Amino acid sequence: MDKNVDYSEYAVVMRGITKRFPGVLANDRVDLFVKKSEIHAIVGENGAGKTTLMNQLYGLIRPDDGKIYINGVEKIIKDPNDAIAAKIGMVHQHFMLVDRLSVVENIVLGQEPVRGPFFALNRARKEIKDLSRKFGLTVDPDSIIEDMPVGMQQRVEIIKVLYRGAEILVLDEPTAVLTPQETNELFEILRSLKSQGKTIIFITHKLNEVMAITESVTVMRLGRVTGVVKTSQTSPRELANMMVGREVLLTVEKNSAHPGDEILQVKDLIVKENRGIKAVKGLSLTVRSGEIVGIAGVAGNGQTELTEAITGLRKVESGKIIFKKEDITNFSPKKRREMGMGHIPEDRLKHGLIKTFPIYYNFILGEHDDPKFSDGVFLKIKDIRKFSEDLVKKFDVRPPKIDLLGMNLSGGNQQKVIVAREIAFDPVLMIVSQPTRGLDVGAIEFIHKTLISMRDKGIGILLISMELEEIFSLSDRILTIYEGQIMGEVRPEKTTTEAVGLMMAGHKLEDLHQEA
Amino acid sequence: MGNWKKYILNEKIIISLLSILISLLVAAIVMLMIGKNPLVAYAALFYGAFGTKEAIIDNLMKTSPLILTGLAVGFGFRAGLFNIGANGQVIIGALLAAYVGTMVASYPFYLSIPLVMVAGMVGGALWAAIAGWLKAYRGAHEVITTIMLNYVAIFIANYVVNGPFQAPGGVPKSPAIAYSAQFPNIMSIGATSLSTIIFVSLAAIVVVYGIIQKTTIGYEVKAVGFNPYAAEYGGISIGKNVMLAMAISGALAGLAGTTQVVGVYGRYFGALGGTMGFDGITIALIGQNDPIGIGLAAFLISSIRTGSNQMQIAGVPKDMVTIIQGIIIFLVATNRIIKTLKLRKRKEAVEL
Repeated sequence: MDKNVDYSEYAVVMRGITKRFPGVLANDRVDLFVKKSEIHAIVGENGAGKTTLMNQLYGLIRPDDGKIYINGVEKIIKDPNDAIAAKIGMVHQHFMLVDRLSVVENIVLGQEPVRGPFFALNRARKEIKDLSRKFGLTVDPDSIIEDMPVGMQQRVEIIKVLYRGAEILVLDEPTAVLTPQETNELFEILRSLKSQGKTIIFITHKLNEVMAITESVTVMRLGRVTGVVKTSQTSPRELANMMVGREVLLTVEKNSAHPGDEILQVKDLIVKENRGIKAVKGLSLTVRSGEIVGIAGVAGNGQTELTEAITGLRKVESGKIIFKKEDITNFSPKKRREMGMGHIPEDRLKHGLIKTFPIYYNFILGEHDDPKFSDGVFLKIKDIRKFSEDLVKKFDVRPPKIDLLGMNLSGGNQQKVIVAREIAFDPVLMIVSQPTRGLDVGAIEFIHKTLISMRDKGIGILLISMELEEIFSLSDRILTIYEGQIMGEVRPEKTTTEAVGLMMAGHKLEDLHQEA
Repeated sequence: MGNWKKYILNEKIIISLLSILISLLVAAIVMLMIGKNPLVAYAALFYGAFGTKEAIIDNLMKTSPLILTGLAVGFGFRAGLFNIGANGQVIIGALLAAYVGTMVASYPFYLSIPLVMVAGMVGGALWAAIAGWLKAYRGAHEVITTIMLNYVAIFIANYVVNGPFQAPGGVPKSPAIAYSAQFPNIMSIGATSLSTIIFVSLAAIVVVYGIIQKTTIGYEVKAVGFNPYAAEYGGISIGKNVMLAMAISGALAGLAGTTQVVGVYGRYFGALGGTMGFDGITIALIGQNDPIGIGLAAFLISSIRTGSNQMQIAGVPKDMVTIIQGIIIFLVATNRIIKTLKLRKRKEAVEL
């Protein structure tokens, strides 16, 4: 079909790329056209398939279908070595550096220069200095990685890629870890690389960055391309539309909420992420009984740290968490659970389930020492099994065999086990994070209905989701989080997905009103 | 019980049995290469382990402490802990048991025997709990700390039997423990006696099985071992359970030391543990951390060792036993690697 088409003006062409993972169509006939010496953005929500697409370009995974052309020539890229040979380099979201080694040692890693039996770093050192000068990538070749700030580490990654001769650079969310200052410096570097003929593919979900630095944009959503535009001919508003989709596909039948008293209050909360950087920056919110408060936002803006702080899995730097009028900021997860806080965790395989436990063991996680299930020493196995048989029936877990191990269930059924367990404990507040990630439509509908019926029973629900549709169809109030702060509160019936999309990209609600 | 358990057990049993079979075949090839007849060697090995009453008694008495150290290491594995310090825990447990054993002469056996056993278990438990505490609250890896504690235990043992706890006569050994604290023999043939301590080991299998499968403690320990994140999410304290698991593991090792004092020597000989603590690792691996599997693995290892003398007499070097043992461990361990790799691959595919 494409035989007679000339792709020679493009550095990268991907045609009809399809990639299927168990239960998910990660890329569905994706086309990508990147001209030589341009900065091309790939934008989309989390799970839109951006990284999957780039991993196929870099040979980390193989496409099920589709073709890749580099500089007009079809290439089969089986592994990263093929990609490097085709002069493609990738800077990953998580840096691939050895912390204890120096810059130069990291850069030559894998192709160490030697003179006789000795390690010959001087030549590499000189080459690195040349590259630094050429592209404005100032970095000391002898610094140790772990002593360097994140922005500098990223430069090392870029130099590493250039050192291996890359002409096409893929950067996966490069600004996610950078300060605004470092971001500006990175943009300078990218412009300089471009002016010297390099082609750059830039994955992001921050629309202001797209506007600032790119020439053209491919927008992805749920594994498909939903738009290809020139940056000069678009606006953040239009991009946000294409990113999140205009219509709400899944509607959930629900009556208006009848909220009661405030059950959860978060006041000026500050929480750090694992590397010690503040992820939640003075955030406040309240949840009342019988309402669903949705937190919209792009992944990595502090949602994980917020939920972990509320549920007691992460230390709070400052601020207060008040639950049922009691200050629980320093309570153990167990204590919070006993007070009636349920939690459907973001990562069901990490926190929610023990894969190597049978289902009936997983059903009592968190309540295993409750008098219902334990006499203090021995587990009441018979009672536990009876309880589990009931839950499996009630929540239609398939296959309905409580002796199966957690890992032998599909994602949707694993999630049903977690939801069933958390509801069975009769919570008064439920922290729900990404409840439908990776689930099929049927399971999503079931989970949504369950959440609404919990709300109607008077349970307060804090819903954290990257799926804007989910937030819109379930929430009674929507808070948008960006870089650890709430950008604004809106009601789903009185706002638009574009407005929330813009807040997700860092615009404050007040600013939006001024613009309008 | 449940199907899930049967399924795992079956897979485990197959791996262990295949490993044993292959190792015997490989050792046979080695024997052929050095010009020995493997059939003759194995016949001698079998005769040495089971051919006479003395051999069977000897074999059972060797099996007994190995069951306990195997259970000790295996229980640690269940909690995700690698207790390499069973040797030190054996030594300290035996020391405390012997010390209490010398003080209970005026008590009837039904008091002195429980006292001595509790002392030995507490000794091992406390010794292991040091490493548990360091792991839980200071992040020090238990492999390092338990190895270091092994040396400390050996030095303490050598000091006390040459000093404060030395029997008169200048030999490095403690005074004899009270008669009332000694376990009776079931039977004796010449110098070999079958002591009732074998029942302690068999009972320990049942108790450990019960703890792992039936109790809340077992549930928590396994949860921490399998997935500490999910355990924490479920309100289970990781620190508490790491310490508890180390202490239970240490108590079992301490009990192993105790049985040697009360059932074999009747006194304390310093670092008498020999290698039984390290053998516990081998046995836990072959038994795949299953209490019953550990019992059988201890019996297997003890049998090939007991039989090895007879094999030596038949002209095949005793060291062949070490080769067999090494190959079994290698195969069991690599099987785990293969299984783990398979799991990881599946997980990655889902995550991407």
